[in-house]
Amino acid sequence: MELTVGPNQFFWKSDQWAALYNDLADAPVDRVVLGEVVCSKRLPFYQDRIPEAISTLLAAGKQVSLTSLALVTLKRERKLTEQLFEMGVGIEVNDLTALAYLPQDTAFSVGPLVNVYNESTLKWLAAHGATRICLPPELPLKSIQVLAAAAKDLDVAIEVWGYGRIPLAMSGRCYHARLHNRTKDNCQFACDQDPDGLEVHTLEDQPFLAMNGVQTLSDSYACATHQVKALTTAGVSALRLSPQSEDFTRLCHLFHQRMGGALDADTFAANARDLGTGMRLSDGFLSGARGADWSGS
Amino acid sequence: MVMEIVCPAGTPAALRAAVRAGAHTIYCGFADETNARNFPGLNFDRTEMREGVAFAHGHGSKVLVAINTYPRAGSEHIWHSAVSDAASAGADAVILADPGLLDYAARHHPQLRRHLSVQAAAANADVINFYAQSFGVKRVVLPRVLSVAEIVAINAQTEVETEVFVFGGLCVMAEGRCSLSSYATGRSPNMNGVCSPASHVEYHESNGTLDARLGGYAIHRVGKDEPAPYPTLCKGCFSAGEKSGHLFEDPVSLNAEQLIPQLQKAGVTALKIEGRQRSRSYVAQVVRNFRAAVDALDAGLPMPQGMLARLSEGQAVTTGAYKKTWR
Amino acid sequence: MPQDMPLIPIFPPVLARIFAPLPLLPLSLSLTAYSKRVANKHPGLFRRLGEHDHARYILDPTDLPFVICLEPKGGTPRVFAIRGSAEGDARIAGPLAALLGLVHGAFDGDALFFSRDLVIEGDTAAALALRNAVDDAELDISEEIAAMSGPFAQPLQRLFAFIQGRSGVFLSRPEEATLW
Repeated sequence: MELTVGPNQFFWKSDQWAALYNDLADAPVDRVVLGEVVCSKRLPFYQDRIPEAISTLLAAGKQVSLTSLALVTLKRERKLTEQLFEMGVGIEVNDLTALAYLPQDTAFSVGPLVNVYNESTLKWLAAHGATRICLPPELPLKSIQVLAAAAKDLDVAIEVWGYGRIPLAMSGRCYHARLHNRTKDNCQFACDQDPDGLEVHTLEDQPFLAMNGVQTLSDSYACATHQVKALTTAGVSALRLSPQSEDFTRLCHLFHQRMGGALDADTFAANARDLGTGMRLSDGFLSGARGADWSGS
Repeated sequence: MVMEIVCPAGTPAALRAAVRAGAHTIYCGFADETNARNFPGLNFDRTEMREGVAFAHGHGSKVLVAINTYPRAGSEHIWHSAVSDAASAGADAVILADPGLLDYAARHHPQLRRHLSVQAAAANADVINFYAQSFGVKRVVLPRVLSVAEIVAINAQTEVETEVFVFGGLCVMAEGRCSLSSYATGRSPNMNGVCSPASHVEYHESNGTLDARLGGYAIHRVGKDEPAPYPTLCKGCFSAGEKSGHLFEDPVSLNAEQLIPQLQKAGVTALKIEGRQRSRSYVAQVVRNFRAAVDALDAGLPMPQGMLARLSEGQAVTTGAYKKTWR
Repeated sequence: MPQDMPLIPIFPPVLARIFAPLPLLPLSLSLTAYSKRVANKHPGLFRRLGEHDHARYILDPTDLPFVICLEPKGGTPRVFAIRGSAEGDARIAGPLAALLGLVHGAFDGDALFFSRDLVIEGDTAAALALRNAVDDAELDISEEIAAMSGPFAQPLQRLFAFIQGRSGVFLSRPEEATLW
């Protein structure tokens, strides 16, 4: 199985953003998806760094795609989505709006925020030119097996969410702005202080979710270390790793070792956990009773 | 033209109550995972659907069948037969969200009118037109993330009819793009047609304090005499940073009754009421109010003042995203 | 809060005290007979309960000194009254008028719950299934009790005749009237 790095979900300073892609040039990953998936207001802060990041990654032999926004509403956002196809790299569609602008005979990838739950939708996307689909994180292993088998016949590569805080919801409302008693239009970029999202706790102070502007993520970091074999057998062609602010390239190395069999599932989990303080792991969407569950010890 | 009132029915009794109360259109679903209100004790079997459609048609009302969850890989036939059975029951349209299922319906039941469910979260004119071209969608139920100004813009750029929510439970997340519920309980709107399912809810009342948990997570605590919220995840009480409270949304429900004239000017065809899980008494009451409102509007009379707060969650209401500051 | 919000009548404590010493067996037998009648007339009610049709429900009129245990038993229901409290899968508690108003479709279950007039404990899904099933059945307790015959009819008829007119509770299914 290959490794794909998904787009950074959080709002980082542009230097930190650019540094990630510099580092990834040397990391053992096959593919990098970059660009803004959560909030169009963040893009102006780092968009002039994108071309350089792309060329660095291409020069390092990585496959590179640009993501669309996950929820396109404004005129400016529609325009932005349309312009993606003029950038000369592959496009990862994270909202079907992008398909409205798809030039004829253009291959594209589908990101985890598009609802691909069944064979018919997969076939329909393949007929439009989809060659790679990262399945929604909430899908259980059983569905992944069925879809991976169907994708094989259609020559579509299947990816599965392998690591990182799970994107659980998108909203029209910005929760970071609400937290600071601001409206979305006057958010003053309240989300830029939380490079991995802001932890949301329950009434009993149990860590539960993470807030990231208009997006809500899991508190736990999804981690498919225990399912590597099952996913390989199912025919899944890549695991998707979602960037975090600390030691992300180290994590890519760990995953590379795990895939090659140099690390067992538990050792991997222990090492991954050591990268972040108090980090919790989960793999319940793949094989538990609910998303938050973790099959490791 | 009078705006169309589209009203929920979780049971045949609620359907009849809605028809009698003056609903132009009723929406309902089969009693299984194919619809997004797959709650215990609710919905229609095949016979009830046929009878319900016949009853509605006999009184000049229409019936839309919601088949708006995302079919499960390996079990798509369950959703396909729901579409076929809706067609043979005489439904006026099906409400669908999944591209694969829309494709199926367009191919196998081209005569059956197709509406795009709110679960598809189609939030701009370009994607709406794309759904229309791809699947012949005639109407879109707009996601509850749009302001009135944005609805105006959408209607200016599409021939597809628009239907908007005006009353009832409010999803604060883009519908069909939310797996909070399956993260906490294993059951989600997209896959199972449930959100924050009752099977995972626990209430405990002691000394007047009511605690509500979902999947073991403490979501709510209210004191004596405070209105009780249902522990829907996005309306729970949480803490983040220095703050605690309803970080995502207050336990309020949508009431856009007073915005009806603006929505009509915005070119909206139909007004949708949420609540297939509510009783026939609720349904009749809400329909009567909204029917009076659109009739008054049509006759050039002032809008009747609202009297529906008691039916609302938290007994408080909001106009949601229709006013931009909500965001 | 709207002005025309109906107040839920509380069963008058003086009347409630009259029930305290009453033997519950005749009431239990009558309730079972009544529920069997409902089962015959509304088989759909039990189908709607689905996987919960063997649950044990505790209906607790908080203004009366007894609770009612309802066991649907997949369509051959048993109903009996117990003094004090009882264990069950789900407990639905509230003033008698709220419970009866719910049965008769005069009140909306969610609205009663939001306003704290109704308390639900235990298996929430089972409680929800019962509420939805009953709402669909369009029951009319008075009408059906009046139509009942046999040895168990009399105690119930007497009881309801007693309550009716004195407490303001919904004993009949209201027509589509201005209840709100």
